[in-house]
Amino acid sequence: MDPRELRRDFPLLEAQPDLVFLDSAASAQKPRAVTEALTRFYETAYANVHRGSYPLSEAATEAFEDARRTLAEFLGTPDPEEVVFVRNATEGLNLLAHSLSERFLGPGDLVVVTEMEHHANLVPWQQAARRKGARIRAVPITDEGRLDPAAFERLLAEEPRIVALTHMSNVLGTVNPVADLAERARAAGAIVVVDGAQGAPHLPVNVRALGADFYATSGHKMLGPTGASALWGRRALWEELPPFLTGGGMIERVTIEESTFAPPPTRFEAGTPPFAEAVGLAAAARYLAAVGMENVWRHDRALVERALAALAEVPDLKVFGPTGPDRGGVVSFVFPGVHAHDLATFLAQKGVAVRSGHHCAQPLHRRLGVAATARASFYLYNTEEEVDRLAEALREARRFFATWIE
Amino acid sequence: MGILEDLYQEIILTRYKTPKRRGTLENPTRTAGGKNPSCGDQLELFVALDGDRITAVRYQGEGCAISQASADLMAEAVEGKTVEEARRLAERFKAMVVEGAPPAPELGDLAALSGVAKLPSRVKCATLAWHALEEALS
Repeated sequence: MDPRELRRDFPLLEAQPDLVFLDSAASAQKPRAVTEALTRFYETAYANVHRGSYPLSEAATEAFEDARRTLAEFLGTPDPEEVVFVRNATEGLNLLAHSLSERFLGPGDLVVVTEMEHHANLVPWQQAARRKGARIRAVPITDEGRLDPAAFERLLAEEPRIVALTHMSNVLGTVNPVADLAERARAAGAIVVVDGAQGAPHLPVNVRALGADFYATSGHKMLGPTGASALWGRRALWEELPPFLTGGGMIERVTIEESTFAPPPTRFEAGTPPFAEAVGLAAAARYLAAVGMENVWRHDRALVERALAALAEVPDLKVFGPTGPDRGGVVSFVFPGVHAHDLATFLAQKGVAVRSGHHCAQPLHRRLGVAATARASFYLYNTEEEVDRLAEALREARRFFATWIE
Repeated sequence: MGILEDLYQEIILTRYKTPKRRGTLENPTRTAGGKNPSCGDQLELFVALDGDRITAVRYQGEGCAISQASADLMAEAVEGKTVEEARRLAERFKAMVVEGAPPAPELGDLAALSGVAKLPSRVKCATLAWHALEEALS
């Protein structure tokens, strides 16, 4: 796979050849295949899905269900009805925190999260635990930035009802051994929820092989449009769960006093779903599948290895996260004494787009002992040359901020 | 001067690294807090008033050079001013960094922050302390 060739599929990158875009962990750029699928659908096949008994609505419904099949295949489930469309990973995780806690969580029960979670996989569980009088505990990380396996075992011994963990850290780039952890957590009786916002765009994912119970993805981080994301869950569990959002579309029978609900996935898709965006997301999944997720991952790995080697040569720069085959294409760093915002502003002036702040992971930053980091993240359209430009810009930054560094 | 040299002038660095008004007040007349939740910057402001006159201002918190230098320069600039004068200064400062107005003469050293106007993502860093001040004086 040649990123220089792939870049031709991305109109924004083509139009801005000098931009070094290293913020794909926040949101990815879109290939023409996605924007064209959206436009084509809006211009030729658009009508609201479900229950329209005219051909256009029937065709739109078919396109929406076809998108569901595409995402099911992309995630590795033979059952398309295990895929629920939500707006984003945050909505998916809120849905799970709400519905799982309604069904399975009671006073004194334990929810286990990890210290490296994005707020989207932490705050909804806190809220659910508060509503149900349940407890929440986090698996700590080691100094290298991996989950502490002994601590994980100790928490499993307390028989948590739910274990919620990320597939890949959006700050450290750590890829957690989810298959192994999920197996042990399920053996301990827990329901396992995986935040795949960073996993699905970058790693080959097969939810059946991973062995978790739920897997939340973020469509716009995997080349899709904003507003549509696939949330996978085991059918047997979906069947047991009460709805999250309620209203039109998700009911079976409604009287003034009460309602019964449709079977999954419809039960979890209240209101007009983001069906046009789902069609765009399906185009993104097909694009990624055509490139090959093994190739995407190998490319990310090559770039992050190059970045870690180059950044290690920049004096005073502190780089976070593990080294090794479990390190994905995310690199967070600081110069001690220089705030991450100031560093990111400097890099922006050199044409390098990175993100700075706590990256929605305040507990992790507290553990790392910094208020904020600057973060570069790579994707299939990034080149080795761009990694080198990042390293060069950081060397310049060190000269510029020389008297600030502590 | 380039945008970076314009933004990170010597006085910004000096105030960031060796602040003059950082700290707390034992018995503040007013306090206020400010936060930029998206970036994690936070600030606590302590104001002592003698009638209508600001006698001392201190702040605590963490943030980037822009937010900290802005807070430090602000604290120094409004000490000795009346509440009304401080409010007017806040208006002038915001006009400079939000709208890109030329620095008003009474802003003095605060004019060093005028470069922020060219960087929309950093405007809220510069205004953090000023919003806290307006809240404290309201």
